[in-house]
Amino acid sequence: MSFTRGFKGRAHQERGPGLPPGQYDIGSDWPVLTAEATPRVSTDSWSFAVEGLVRQPVSWTWDEIHALPESTYEGAIHCVTTWSKFGVRFGGVSVDTLLAAAEPLPSASHVVAFSHTGYTTNLPLSDVTGGKAFVVWDYDGRPLEVGHGGPARLLVPHLYFWKSAKWVAGLRVLDHDEPGFWEVNGYHDRGDPWLEQRYRGD
Amino acid sequence: MSSSASASAPGPGPWQMATVEEVIEETARAKSFRLTLSEPSGHLAGQHYIVRLTAPDGYRASRSYSVASAPEATGKVIELTVARLEDGEVSTYLHDVVVPGDRLEVRGPIGGYFVWRGDIPALLVGGGSGIVPLMAMLRLARERGSGELVRLVVSVRVPGDLYYATELPGPETTVVYTREAPAGAAAALGRVGLGRVGLADLRDSLLPEATVYVCGSSGFADHVTGLLEELAVPTGQIRVERFGPTN
Repeated sequence: MSFTRGFKGRAHQERGPGLPPGQYDIGSDWPVLTAEATPRVSTDSWSFAVEGLVRQPVSWTWDEIHALPESTYEGAIHCVTTWSKFGVRFGGVSVDTLLAAAEPLPSASHVVAFSHTGYTTNLPLSDVTGGKAFVVWDYDGRPLEVGHGGPARLLVPHLYFWKSAKWVAGLRVLDHDEPGFWEVNGYHDRGDPWLEQRYRGD
Repeated sequence: MSSSASASAPGPGPWQMATVEEVIEETARAKSFRLTLSEPSGHLAGQHYIVRLTAPDGYRASRSYSVASAPEATGKVIELTVARLEDGEVSTYLHDVVVPGDRLEVRGPIGGYFVWRGDIPALLVGGGSGIVPLMAMLRLARERGSGELVRLVVSVRVPGDLYYATELPGPETTVVYTREAPAGAAAALGRVGLGRVGLADLRDSLLPEATVYVCGSSGFADHVTGLLEELAVPTGQIRVERFGPTN
């Protein structure tokens, strides 16, 4: 390890055990990082689909998805740009519930999440099942703001936050991995913050 | 949004040591660091590097900074411009401690979407320090003599906030001051407006078929993309890079 002359670090005495390597606690801020123009997705025309290698492709309207059993997430989120945010509270529906309705085929191994903007991101099926992933529309008890992906975004809080696709429109179930928007551009295919899987090859 | 066009962007290499050759004061709160890389890794205009600092006890902090310099022949020299944030652990270190001859650990180049390869018409719109990746694009255009492909609109609050102030003026650039315009020297700039970037600023600089690169705070980016929508620029031709805590 090479040390940086004269650098002691400012905040690391307070480093909590929940902070993955290379991350810092951003406190109450929540930066907006988006590669595209912020879209205006109306809840009237909103839909969420599970398609691809499934027995039964399913699509939900805004009202229909709200009729599903509610799930919440409370905890931390970790952005690859090195901030982590603790004590966030999201409400929505578990991806388990959505996948169960569509019944992935036995050959299914990965999903690509796609957004109303055309954004995509790839995830192993095992990272979006078992209570680890959600489609959320509530943040801290209020409707999710459009800048943060409202009306609804994917939430996969145990992976870097670019995996939590904003303005999510659905999941395509695949039998192979298919790099998405940032992944094609050099970011890691899985993105586990505890393994610092930021870029391809990490 | 298609990402296929950017599939061949150079990806980040491993961490490497870079030597600080020069520190340039851009404004009272911004410095550029000219670095020589130990491992050449050519970048595209618009990409960024990560700087990682390591304390004696192993504690590390890293931040991303856009490259302000155009890609250069040897691939060994990059210039990062860093705004000093009062509570910024990395930016205050870089501003207050680093001098020429120091060695810094860096990794890059990163990003394959917010890049301009110098071959398509482009409108570059920057707010404040958001000009940095756009400056790499402007420098590339000027070096290649392809300035006719590029227009740049930058918005700053006051003249003292303008990065690259002596280099920037030219027929392809417009500076918009939101609070206070420069006294007297205004004629030296391509054009001077006062107030927020408006429809006219963008319309006048929008070349046919231009891809628009917007970089700035989230509020600035939303304002500009709203104007672009009014100008009927297809969303597929708008690329946005946002920074800064917002809410």
